[in-house]
Amino acid sequence: MRPCVCRWRNDHGGWKMTERVAEQIDLKLLLDYYRKMLELREFEVKVQELYRNGRLPGFVHLYVGEEAVAVGVCSNLQAQDLVFSTHRGHGHALAKGVPAGVVLAELWGKTTGSSGGRGGSMHMYAPEYGFMGTNGIVGAPIPLATGGGLGAKMRNNGQISVSFFGEGAVNGGSFHEAVNFGAVWNLPVVYVCENNLYATEMAFSRATKNTSVASRGKAYGMPGIEVDGQDVMAVHEVAQGAIRRAREGGGPTLIECKTYRFVGHHEGDPGTDYRTRQEVQEWKKRCPVKLARKLLLEFGLAESKVQAVDQEIEQLINQAVEFAEASAEPSAESVTEHVF
Amino acid sequence: MSEPDRVISYADAGVEALREEMRRDNTIVYIGQGIGARGGNFRQTKGLWKEFGDDRLRDTGICELGATGIAIGAAMAGTRTIVDEVFLDFALEAITQIVQQAANISYMSNGKIKAPVVIRGAMGAVRNAGAHHSHTFYNWFANTPGLKVVLPATPYDVKGLFKTALRDPGPVVFIEHKFLYNAKGPVPEEEYLIPFGEARILREGKDLTIVAMSRMVELAAKAAGVLAEQGISAEIIDPRTIVPLDRGRITNSIKKTGKLVVIDESPSSCSFAAELLAIAVEDCFDDLKLKPRRICSLPVPNPFSPVLENQMIPSVDRIVSDVHQMLKN
Repeated sequence: MRPCVCRWRNDHGGWKMTERVAEQIDLKLLLDYYRKMLELREFEVKVQELYRNGRLPGFVHLYVGEEAVAVGVCSNLQAQDLVFSTHRGHGHALAKGVPAGVVLAELWGKTTGSSGGRGGSMHMYAPEYGFMGTNGIVGAPIPLATGGGLGAKMRNNGQISVSFFGEGAVNGGSFHEAVNFGAVWNLPVVYVCENNLYATEMAFSRATKNTSVASRGKAYGMPGIEVDGQDVMAVHEVAQGAIRRAREGGGPTLIECKTYRFVGHHEGDPGTDYRTRQEVQEWKKRCPVKLARKLLLEFGLAESKVQAVDQEIEQLINQAVEFAEASAEPSAESVTEHVF
Repeated sequence: MSEPDRVISYADAGVEALREEMRRDNTIVYIGQGIGARGGNFRQTKGLWKEFGDDRLRDTGICELGATGIAIGAAMAGTRTIVDEVFLDFALEAITQIVQQAANISYMSNGKIKAPVVIRGAMGAVRNAGAHHSHTFYNWFANTPGLKVVLPATPYDVKGLFKTALRDPGPVVFIEHKFLYNAKGPVPEEEYLIPFGEARILREGKDLTIVAMSRMVELAAKAAGVLAEQGISAEIIDPRTIVPLDRGRITNSIKKTGKLVVIDESPSSCSFAAELLAIAVEDCFDDLKLKPRRICSLPVPNPFSPVLENQMIPSVDRIVSDVHQMLKN
């Protein structure tokens, strides 16, 4: 049985998924996705709380509202596949399999963090999980991910590389140069644009005349697909096809996931100076975690089973906090280690 | 054993290093504009494409930002790469990838990710190329923690240092001088490596220490010849790599002669010459018999006019006359 069935239409030269036909669904898969999305959500809610209470140093950009993208894509990857993420990257790290405690410890600047406290939110690396880093520079990871694809192609071992970036990156030169290389060298890369409509405060429609990221695929000679980024099964469907294509030597795909961040750009930004409260509320109705939960129940999963997952995640997050809190700070003398 | 005095060009020495290393390590990928069938704008990859083909000699369009990022990303994921900016000036198109990504990656990842990438570019004034094609900003890279900076001055050093760069955990910024590509010198056919951080003493002397980098080494050596005829014995040191820097060999010489002159093709303010003077003050203050001196390019963009450019960059005459002026005081 296919996990779900989708309808498509051609839109401005790009493919757009108009509708997921919900006659059949793989409940086990959806429950796994619900569990992972809830982990991402509860993780960020906990980070927000810790940050607001002055427990965490630095700056954080939370992934709240966009969970279906990371989970729908990364759940289709193998351990050896590479993910290059963004400044809003905690969700990608968790979805690629980095343990919550390790991510949180990094946000806390602890030695048990993925970068031993040398990186923080925007510079966390866990190559042991194929997680090639969040990134503080918008656009910069797109060439890096393309390079990951080049390395994979040279090794010819079926490995692929995934590049996450926001719509805020697509009007910059890094995007253009990287996807052009990905296409002309036929690299095993999946380009995933998380179009949350605002680059910090800049509405996409004010930043570009062509607001269809998917349609730009055609400009580079690669398929461009638009998908509802709040629907994890739809993201799954699209990502699976693009990943298979990359792995089989078919080259890169550009996926545009229409999504929204329910929070400000960074923690501390209310996010309502440039967006109306009504708009935020409308999008929150399409919360990917709630949508998945609703679907599970509609398809007959017992509520007790969903609640068991809720409890499991609550426990997982509490354990992550305990782990990170109890971990040691780096010794001040270690500051000069690992420059080279 | 080959003839010890085989003489080849600076460009060919680089090709030989690449050929040896690309044969030894079949994962090395070379990325850049015109480096395939054309053999490189400076003939710096001549003949390699025939042997290694399109997969390993990856010609690109004119897009240094993407090409450099890809080289760094591939290196982060375990493929050793070389990205050829051709003119070092064009590395500016990609500076964010070099400084923000490549240089920081080892530290940001707690040493878990290395980027074994060589960022190659040719710098300096040659044949009046004008302001956009003549920069010598190697000191900028030296001011960025995480980058190693190599400045070969001879064909011998090109081969030995390039081979070391291609085995280094990286990233390495390998900066040749355009003026030197046709310069010839002895290069052994057999394999040898020159470790980073080992300065070369070209000429021993007792009256003053002259430190020079890249093309300025040749000028310093010529100036030392003139000075010798005038009874002044100059010791010439070429650091060869400025990160890591052979601080010991340089300061030992300064302590011996008590006098330091630095020749640098960059403008003097905030230059690597300034760094070397600071080192002299920090490490050799009590040994200095005279104020140290730097002989640098004038702080102007490279002019097109041959008359003006010759005025801008250090010359043998200027070095000799500045040394006399220094010794007079």
